[in-house]
Amino acid sequence: MTTLGAPTSTRPAPAGEAPRGTGLIHRVSAKWRSPWRPPYVLAGITIAYLFWSLAPVLIAALFSFNSGRSRSVWQGFSLRWYLTDPDLSVAHDPSLRTALVHTIVLGVLTTLVAVPLGVAFALGLDRWHGRLPSGANFTMLLSFVIPEITLAVALLYMITQLATPFTLGTTAQVVGLVTFQLSYPVVIVRARLLTIGKQYEEAARDLGASAVGALRRVLLPMLAPAVFASAVLVFADVIDDFVLVRYLSSDASTETTSIKIYNTARGAPTPALNALATLMLVASLAVILLGWWVFRRLTRGEQAGGGLEAFAGQV
Amino acid sequence: MTTRGPGRARSGRARRADGGHRSGFFGAILSLPGIVWLVLFFVVPAYVVLALAFGTIDPIFRSQLPAWNPMHWSFTQFDFVFSHLVGPNGFFGPPVVRTVVYVTIAMALCLVISFPVAYYAARHAGRWRGLVLALVLAPFWISYMMRMLAWVNLLSNDGLVNRVISLNGLLPFQVDWLNGRASTVIGGLVYGYVPYMILPLFAALDRISPSMIEAARDLGAGRVATFRRVILPMSTPGVIAGLVLVGLPMLGDYFTNDLLSNAPQTAMLGNLINLAVSSPGQAGQASALVMLLVIALLIPMLLYVRSTARGQDVRS
Repeated sequence: MTTLGAPTSTRPAPAGEAPRGTGLIHRVSAKWRSPWRPPYVLAGITIAYLFWSLAPVLIAALFSFNSGRSRSVWQGFSLRWYLTDPDLSVAHDPSLRTALVHTIVLGVLTTLVAVPLGVAFALGLDRWHGRLPSGANFTMLLSFVIPEITLAVALLYMITQLATPFTLGTTAQVVGLVTFQLSYPVVIVRARLLTIGKQYEEAARDLGASAVGALRRVLLPMLAPAVFASAVLVFADVIDDFVLVRYLSSDASTETTSIKIYNTARGAPTPALNALATLMLVASLAVILLGWWVFRRLTRGEQAGGGLEAFAGQV
Repeated sequence: MTTRGPGRARSGRARRADGGHRSGFFGAILSLPGIVWLVLFFVVPAYVVLALAFGTIDPIFRSQLPAWNPMHWSFTQFDFVFSHLVGPNGFFGPPVVRTVVYVTIAMALCLVISFPVAYYAARHAGRWRGLVLALVLAPFWISYMMRMLAWVNLLSNDGLVNRVISLNGLLPFQVDWLNGRASTVIGGLVYGYVPYMILPLFAALDRISPSMIEAARDLGAGRVATFRRVILPMSTPGVIAGLVLVGLPMLGDYFTNDLLSNAPQTAMLGNLINLAVSSPGQAGQASALVMLLVIALLIPMLLYVRSTARGQDVRS
């Protein structure tokens, strides 16, 4: 952070200014110019922004409970599009059900692969210095910032042009998602490693633990909150993924909810689509809130290392 | 970027004082799976794209012949793309220009919207800070497609927006929002990506010590002068990070456009890539377009990666 010189003013200090009038306009303007007034404008913009940002989603969720087919005219409350409609509801339309299940499957599989891989990678990069590891770190960060469509197209053509041992479908989707998500656990765990410092591991080694023993019995338990947070983050991100999952899907059986929404939103969808989206929304929020609660419990007694914002993946 | 905490205080500690080699070997073993993974599923695919982009087309079967050997690279695909950027057959030109224009406007709007919100959340929210932050972050965990679906519902011909502006059918107003309107696409991009800018801005503004601002005010700077001469310069890293974070995904975006416009007159670079990927036998063209996207983004990406990597090094 740069240290700025004190800004010099060309105006005399306002403290010396006497109010020159007592009319309403002067009073309002004096109040407006008071350095201690609440930031009305900023508060107004923030409230307007939050409304604009969240109200459309809430309205979409609301219309998933509509009893009619319309997604914009309210015809009464029902669970028709979730449960009771015999053909079109999420519970009875096989394509919607497949999408829901497949999304969760991808989330679980990707988390199970990406988190251990990323944690090991982070631990490795933390204790190995040189050109190769910093190149690997660079490549990993590049895979994180590169537009997703680039990675998706590259993997698609690798699978179709080379004789890879797997074809398009669930495996390809998991491979792509792991590659794209790998940097979350790496970056989060490395940040946590810096917070922990070297001394605990060194003490364990001095007291006779092997390298693996010190890692397993001292460092990994201390890393648990970071590992957990990155797992939650990866899962929540994967179940919302669209670009990779779409290019690497094989057929309707490997479509996820986001592909389903993309394919049908501009057709004439029923509120069942809104119901599907709402279920995914609830799933994401539940995972995040549960994750945050557990994270808080795990890090209890510590100085808050990362608040809620650590859960948005902006590390 | 938002990582705060006691780690900083220890940043000066020398870490390689103990035998670096001993832990280096263990580190190499631990990072091996990650390195192998990245080589197999990031470096190799990238090379496949290169080989396809520099490859040729089989004259009989019209299929792609990737050029695996760099000695055999041909510029056929790039010639094709470049020759169709401008001129009478320039069907690639307008989408590319549109991409630049739309993304620039959308990035500017994102900045204008997110700066006051981030500033309020970071400095003035008081006891509402946690709530404001949670609501600002909520879009991160709501599927992008659901957020776009919400707008498709709202902007459809019988949607709420049209009902409101026509006073529920009283006025003969109806705007065909979802049919190739640039404003809808730009609005959708802003709506989709603005949270990615608020967060780095929040982090940057949160780090400015309040005493800096108080000092500026005490020394006679007004609100505007304080903003221009103290807050803005100190938040520049956050502004740049935010612009990169919203700009990169916007440039490769095609689904916002497909959902909110679905018309060729608003097609962007991402739509060109998506179209080439979806058409059989155009793998080479898709690869060339992807390469162009990467080349165009190389400088901002490298800047971002370098600042992130340097941040890690400084802290380690």
